[in-house]
Amino acid sequence: MDRLQEIRFVLNGKEASYTGSAADRLLDVLREQFRCTGVKCGCREGECGACAVLIDGLLRNSCCVAMGAVEGTSIVTIEGYRETARFAVLDRAFAQLSAVQCGFCTPGMILAAEALLSAHPHPTEEEIREGLSGNLCRCTGYNAIVNAVKSAAEEGEGLW
Amino acid sequence: MDTISQSVVKKDHGPKISGRSIYVADYPSEGVLCGRLLHSRLARARVLRVVVPELPEGYYYVDARDVPGDNNVNIVLDDMPVFCRDTVEYIGEAIGMLCGPDEKLVERLRDECRVEYEELEPVTDLRAATEAFFSYSYGHGDVDRAFAEADRVYDEEFETGYQEQAYIEPQGMMAEPEEDGRMYVHGSAQCVYYIHNALTRVLGCGPDGVRVYQDVTGGAFGGKEDFPSILGCQVAVAAHSTGKPVRCVLDRREDMECTSKRHPSICRYRAAVKGNRVTALDIDVVFDAGAYSTLSAVVLQRGIIAAPGVYNIPNVRVRGRALKTNTVPCGAYRGFGAPQTFFAVEMLMEHIARDLGLDALAFREANLVRQGDRTSTNGVYHFPVPLPAMIDEIDRACSYRKKRLEYAAEQSGRWRRGIGISLDYHGAGFTGSGERDIIKAVAKLHKYRDGTVEILASNGEIGQGVRTTFPKIVARELGLPLDRVFFCHPDTARVPDSGPTVASRSLMVVGELLRRAAIRLKAEWVNGEEQEVEEHYREPEFQLPFSLDRFEGDAYPTYAWAVTAIELEVDTWTGNAKVLGAYADFDVGTPIDLNVVTGQMEGGLLQGIGYSSVEKMDHDAAGRIRSNSFSDYLIPTAKDVPNLKCMLHVEEYPEGPYGAKGAGELPLVGVPAAYLAAMEQALGGRGLRHVPFTAEDVIGALAKEEG
Ligand code: FES
Ligand code: FES
Repeated sequence: MDRLQEIRFVLNGKEASYTGSAADRLLDVLREQFRCTGVKCGCREGECGACAVLIDGLLRNSCCVAMGAVEGTSIVTIEGYRETARFAVLDRAFAQLSAVQCGFCTPGMILAAEALLSAHPHPTEEEIREGLSGNLCRCTGYNAIVNAVKSAAEEGEGLW
Repeated sequence: MDTISQSVVKKDHGPKISGRSIYVADYPSEGVLCGRLLHSRLARARVLRVVVPELPEGYYYVDARDVPGDNNVNIVLDDMPVFCRDTVEYIGEAIGMLCGPDEKLVERLRDECRVEYEELEPVTDLRAATEAFFSYSYGHGDVDRAFAEADRVYDEEFETGYQEQAYIEPQGMMAEPEEDGRMYVHGSAQCVYYIHNALTRVLGCGPDGVRVYQDVTGGAFGGKEDFPSILGCQVAVAAHSTGKPVRCVLDRREDMECTSKRHPSICRYRAAVKGNRVTALDIDVVFDAGAYSTLSAVVLQRGIIAAPGVYNIPNVRVRGRALKTNTVPCGAYRGFGAPQTFFAVEMLMEHIARDLGLDALAFREANLVRQGDRTSTNGVYHFPVPLPAMIDEIDRACSYRKKRLEYAAEQSGRWRRGIGISLDYHGAGFTGSGERDIIKAVAKLHKYRDGTVEILASNGEIGQGVRTTFPKIVARELGLPLDRVFFCHPDTARVPDSGPTVASRSLMVVGELLRRAAIRLKAEWVNGEEQEVEEHYREPEFQLPFSLDRFEGDAYPTYAWAVTAIELEVDTWTGNAKVLGAYADFDVGTPIDLNVVTGQMEGGLLQGIGYSSVEKMDHDAAGRIRSNSFSDYLIPTAKDVPNLKCMLHVEEYPEGPYGAKGAGELPLVGVPAAYLAAMEQALGGRGLRHVPFTAEDVIGALAKEEG
């Protein structure tokens, strides 16, 4: 067997590397090796969005990404994103509208909101619903989340 | 509105949104064994032998032989084993557990286990089932005479399917042997004391031999009422046998296939009608309990008590049975037996009205209960029944009456519309005298020297907001800022048993205990001293004693009320239905936080829409559930129902804190009937009788029209 190659990437702004198999799932590696447990596992099959992260700014379900595919990319999880000014705006909006119930979908939902707002800084309600439609939430019925994203877009004018 | 209703930032908001909250899967895995269940592949069989592959050092297989105490997970009866006995009774039943440090290897070893079975004939079809776990009947009046004297008689059968709770965090529990010999069990759960009590039986120890803690829980909806007791016992047996911490988190398919869900039902209703009044109902309710009895007794009780709906029917006969089949045991899910019977009675009212040529809403109004009327079990509606006012509120919000007339005209295009309405209640708290005789809730307040106050109660935050609403109540009574009062996840080593987190009871029952405790603490308050006060449940004085033998008395002290209207548009080419609007008005008494209550109402309403439309789960003749992932079992996404409008109509309940009643379950209960009534109208008024009503059902119904 070939010597395992080191996979290099940037995680939450810091250089990181992985020496395990290139076939390992990003989700497992983030949770186990890097202790990014804000990345949640709801299905492991790309269906729920709880494991969503940003890879080079794009929203991806980390359970469906093999480590081999992250070489050279920049990955942001909730652990990195929570340090940003944009997060602070979303945080306030979600708090005002009590858009967090059980919280299990929330980190993924926040990153989905970030991906949406960076593509559409002034989204319509339809665009918000479309942008969040890959992230399942069983608790809220989505209204509070959609309204929170709408309000974050207004409050965070100029940030996205 | 009362100032207590003003929304605050939820206490658990910060840790959850930032990803800092620790759910059971998030504890580090160093030193923890990963447990994976070996499930039965047959619906009914004798297990002759389990051939376990040779296990590497540090890997273990445990099963019923490792149970130190009694191989029974006590829920209501003692039929559910921790690990199977001689036979397996459904596909997915746990035979044993493989444990070891490396998850992938554990899974491989589990898959290499070979189970030798002697296959037995299973019963998987509810209609063929004969063994009843529970059978109840009750009634009043002279039903036979009412039928003899009726102008018209109706006889209809209604069916509902499974519903999966689909909490986004799968089930997971962890057990850790502690140094003093105590077993510490924690995980995703609703009812720490249920687990605690089950563990003492299974481990054969006293109450001090175990300690149960609720981790941050990623949604439950009833699905984490009974199953965590089972999984908790399984990991505890494994931890006891290996001497190491063991964690088992189910994967999604396993969770969907093997854990409890809403009971499928077949309800047969016969009705006698005279003029525009229903004079008698003769009702037969059958629930598919699955292979073990678990919570079916109490689910069935609630279902049959609600069977006559919100109507004052002078003569009633109800029979209800929970039948055994060799399928996954069904348990609790938001509404707890009532969504099935409310669906049936509301569709029946719809159909009778149509047959009589009456407006379906006017016909319902003519039969409504009023304050002071007798309930189905000869209790009393002690408090106002605000349904007429709520109907008007809904009508104003969505022009129900106008649209109903408009859509009644013949529709022949590709897209056809309909609107439907339903009325329902949810009885808050345990059924009957359960609160007084079984639960006997106790709650405490502990004041520290610095003047902060901790709430000690066994109710768990599951997303419904108790970590915020309980402190709001206590802070208000004590006149303290909210950040001086806190409520952690319950740990049975620290909190008294204030009952389980079920039945929409936490806020109404335990919230009121805490309010009373706060009043006492305020009176006894001494600066700089550590103090504790304790309150015990008292049944409201007006409540008529309930007899479970005769189903007589006040089944609930009070009721929360709902009016739900659904407007939809059907694409007759594809069969897809689009919900144009879901409008609901809820009376849950005073909201102890407007955002929290609205979030509960919206979430429940959307689950109800899923239940009525796309959430289809079935098993094949062999008893296997195939819709076991989010790609086969669809739940609504953010795109599906943009127009979801909830309103609150407040009738204060004097025995609840500041007038609050139970809220959590109500919003789901009335949805299926409103949805199907709308569907029926869109499809031209044919008698539909089952949910979920999927796109295939639409196509099927239209094909009949052409054929
Ligand atoms: S865990 Fe990755 S999409 Fe569900
Ligand atoms: S808040 Fe529970 S799944 Fe979204």
